[in-house]
Amino acid sequence: MKYIVSIALLFAGMVTVSAQDKYITKNGFVKFFSSAPLEDIEADNNNVQSIVDLAASEVVINIPIQSFEFDKSLMKEHFNENYLESEKFPKASFKGKYDAGKQLTAKDIGSHTVAVTGDLTIHGVTRPLLAKATLIIKAGGVQAKTKFDVRVADFDIEIPRIVFKNIAEVVEVTVDLQYTKLDKQ
Amino acid sequence: MKKLQTLLITVFCISVTSLFAQDDLMSLLDDQTEDPIQFIEATFKGSRLINGHTVQTRKHRELEFLISHRFGRVNSGADELFGLDVSNIRLGLEYGLTKFLTVGVGRSSFDKTFDGFLKVKPLKQSKGAKSMPISLVYFTSMAYKSLKNQDGFEDTESKLAYTHQILIARKFSPGLSFQLMPTLIHRNKVEEINGDNDQFALGIGGRVKLTQRVSLNAEYYYRYDAPENPDLFNSLAIGFDIETGGHVFQLHFTNSRTMIERGFITETTGDYFGGDIHFGFNVSRVF
Repeated sequence: MKYIVSIALLFAGMVTVSAQDKYITKNGFVKFFSSAPLEDIEADNNNVQSIVDLAASEVVINIPIQSFEFDKSLMKEHFNENYLESEKFPKASFKGKYDAGKQLTAKDIGSHTVAVTGDLTIHGVTRPLLAKATLIIKAGGVQAKTKFDVRVADFDIEIPRIVFKNIAEVVEVTVDLQYTKLDKQ
Repeated sequence: MKKLQTLLITVFCISVTSLFAQDDLMSLLDDQTEDPIQFIEATFKGSRLINGHTVQTRKHRELEFLISHRFGRVNSGADELFGLDVSNIRLGLEYGLTKFLTVGVGRSSFDKTFDGFLKVKPLKQSKGAKSMPISLVYFTSMAYKSLKNQDGFEDTESKLAYTHQILIARKFSPGLSFQLMPTLIHRNKVEEINGDNDQFALGIGGRVKLTQRVSLNAEYYYRYDAPENPDLFNSLAIGFDIETGGHVFQLHFTNSRTMIERGFITETTGDYFGGDIHFGFNVSRVF
């Protein structure tokens, strides 16, 4: 009997401890930029969802495709309808780990350069991603920033020849996530 | 004691469950966030299915320039170059005043007709946090035939006609969309003897995508209590949409000559199955 109680307490304790190291955002920022001979295309997304777990050095990101906003609404329509097929694949996501050279905790206030490795899924296609990122630990929050390139063709996104000069083959992705502590309900 | 034991086991189970749930950070994120409303975009490629309107409205502050063109009848023979000698054109401008309201004006060469319209979109198909099975648009237009010296149609009032239309559409899948168009057309004065000023019609149409950028469209308007006039027919059209970046090209075959509701619903004079078919195109450019 005592045995069960201690196991239960142990588990309960673990849950509480691990929750303290998790940070969440529901309105993170992701931007992509495509520079082609005929035009530059930029789209902003302010509805990015992510959790970073300092104890496990893990991060997960969900990017709702329909939340990308363009200068021209026709671009947004083509982006969703013809390229990313957002009805079939409503989200892009990332799941991975980071390495800061040491175990980071909430007490390591300041800016840390980390190497991120993981799986990036766009348009239903998953590819490995390696990127350098900056993790800024503040009192009560965490900020993560990174910039990396994505080859459009890697994710089975076809660009017809007629718009070859309008859309770049490689687009630059900028990420800026401001996390707050995850409150356990 | 038994109660306490049950309680403890329950607590234990809950702890284990929550631990496992947290094991996968992605499912924790999914638990913490809710799916946003996902609006179904691009039910059709253009603001016109072929002759008539679709539920597509112009987006906020977006301007569309639309050139619509119908040649003569393909069965008019080689002397008329199978209809290509004859030209009917409508030039139009449409603008999205808000997300829900589009206004447009046009001028058709046929009967020198001016038209103006409003398109209001109260419902947009969506899924996710808020689900809506259909898109719905109310369309209303006024058309003025400015053709001079037409007997009995000299005064302004007799040159006017009004259209009210409800467009109900559903995109069943990315490649398949259907639309119903109950329509009322009121002509202040009608040419036909015993013709009614009000004409009810039900339009039905749809599109099937053949490739990402090409779709096959069809559209038919059935007139209720149509005047008994062997020279008038229901409007039928079959065509293709071809999308290239900012343009949508629509190529089609129809028995209607004009490109406004009053014309193609109540005054179609071609018998599709008798070969009275007009080749035509719409070209739209969005700014």
